[in-house]
Amino acid sequence: MQPYSIEMAWFKRDKKGIITSTQDKKEAPDGIWNKCPQCKKPLHYAEQVENNYVCHYCNFHLRIGSAEYFALLFDNNEYTELYGNLMSADPLNFVDTKKYTERIIDSIAKTGLKDAIRAAHGKIKGQDIVIACMDFNFIGGSMGSVVGEKIARSINYCIENKVPFLLISKSGGARMMEAAFSLMQMAKTAAKLALLSRAKIPYISLLTDPTTGGVTASYAMLGDINIAEPEALIGFAGPRVIKETIKKDLPKGFQTSEFVLEHGFLDFIVDRREMKNRIASFISLMNN
Amino acid sequence: MTTSFDFEKPIADLLQQIEKVQQIAEKTKVDMSGTLEELNQQLNTTREQIYSNLTGWQKVQISRHPERPYTLQYIEMMCQDFIELHGDRTVKDDKAIVGGFASIGGQTVMVIGHQKGTNTKLRQFRNFGMANPEGYRKALRLMKLAEKFNKPVITLIDTPGAFPGLEAEERGQGEAIARNLLEMSVLRVPVICVVIGEGASGGALGIGIGDKVLMLEHSWYSVISPENCSAILWRTWDFKERAAECLKLTADDMLKNRLIDGIIPEPLGGAHYNPAMMGGILKERILNELAELKNKDIDTVVTERINKFCAMGVVVE
Repeated sequence: MQPYSIEMAWFKRDKKGIITSTQDKKEAPDGIWNKCPQCKKPLHYAEQVENNYVCHYCNFHLRIGSAEYFALLFDNNEYTELYGNLMSADPLNFVDTKKYTERIIDSIAKTGLKDAIRAAHGKIKGQDIVIACMDFNFIGGSMGSVVGEKIARSINYCIENKVPFLLISKSGGARMMEAAFSLMQMAKTAAKLALLSRAKIPYISLLTDPTTGGVTASYAMLGDINIAEPEALIGFAGPRVIKETIKKDLPKGFQTSEFVLEHGFLDFIVDRREMKNRIASFISLMNN
Repeated sequence: MTTSFDFEKPIADLLQQIEKVQQIAEKTKVDMSGTLEELNQQLNTTREQIYSNLTGWQKVQISRHPERPYTLQYIEMMCQDFIELHGDRTVKDDKAIVGGFASIGGQTVMVIGHQKGTNTKLRQFRNFGMANPEGYRKALRLMKLAEKFNKPVITLIDTPGAFPGLEAEERGQGEAIARNLLEMSVLRVPVICVVIGEGASGGALGIGIGDKVLMLEHSWYSVISPENCSAILWRTWDFKERAAECLKLTADDMLKNRLIDGIIPEPLGGAHYNPAMMGGILKERILNELAELKNKDIDTVVTERINKFCAMGVVVE
């Protein structure tokens, strides 16, 4: 064997160390790539937006907020926000591990939202619609006085202006820090929906992941049609509580949209990429 | 009394003392009536003192006292000719909610309420007062029946919550409660709701939309039980007393926050201490409220009911 004597020039370093100055450094912005929570494959942000935040490998519907739903459903993302100034008070001076007032301030700072729901009037394929959409990022999408009041006022607005109402639920349930005030929002929204029904204005309830507790037991289940995104968790009691109560493992697919559809409490399941078409055509059928 | 609470220890001590004195008097045939009277007086003042300064958690304990009267006992005490009606006409008859037509003070009403059992076997039979969807649907069927025949509805609320079970989810626990909220808010007969024990969350509210929502003095009403609230917010059950305070779940707090319409006083020592007296007080109050509601036309009653619930909540603009 001949000794290898060629100098391996391509391994030689001309410049030592990192010499790019910090200001010239090129960074990939945070959030450009993230992982699909279900199939764990990497998703590019631009592709996600293009695909309406649905994983293009496994069709998993990523959890999104009111801004994304509004962009998805309103024509040209044009809408007038309603009652955007409503904010939570602290009627009970509630303190758990943190003061409720501080929790609200922190959540506002973190999310840029005022509370766990936003409502807006705009057009869907040229037809008027009011959409109220919950934001899970704001204290778990919990329903307190602001959520109830905004829904109540939006319903009034729909009755006065004869506009169909779409409510997108995404919530862990009642907001404990408002205790019985929060409980009574169930009564309040249900009573308002009775009036909307009396006025014969269509109400579409769209249930998304997750919709549980007091939200399921009030407005989410009271639509003229109840529809849901695929594979969303939908139920009254949380799965953990049920498991502890019955002391048995829960069947696969328990409390998913598909399960709820099968048991007769949903009209259909809608893929997010089809959502605007389906909702617009329902409204058009009702309008004509 | 078979069950007494920690905070009733001074009362228990006095009762023991009285018993002892009675025994001595019997044995020795000495007249001890003076001492006895003094002790009885002391017992009364102690009881008054304790029962007028109860904490939230103590009220929760009283509301769960196993000898507290439940719906069927109240019906027996207040009504004549009760005809219990069963079944939701879809799935089955839920034993945790009972109801039927009855006569109270000479007028026909529909009485519906949660029912707990009075011994271990019956407690299981009644599912501890935790209704399934069938229970809420039975309640709604009976309310619609009352509406059809223009009879007022009286509901008695006493539940640790709607049952969190597998079948309950399959049959739409959420939908059943939601439907009741909507239908009750526009029911075209007067509705009176009374929390007689535990008023836990949607399970209570599911039969709780009324023109008059009243609470017995030592009952509680909130969005969640103190134990579960503690479990969620502090991740342990140890903060249940604190949670009970935070939730402002007593009748006084609920009235102050204008979430209920009135409080019905209980006999000294709680409803279980003198059920007959409690039944009398409740009957009188219900008759008064009915008389008041009967003076208004039904459109006004329904509008006022809706407006009342729609005014609940505190927001900053």
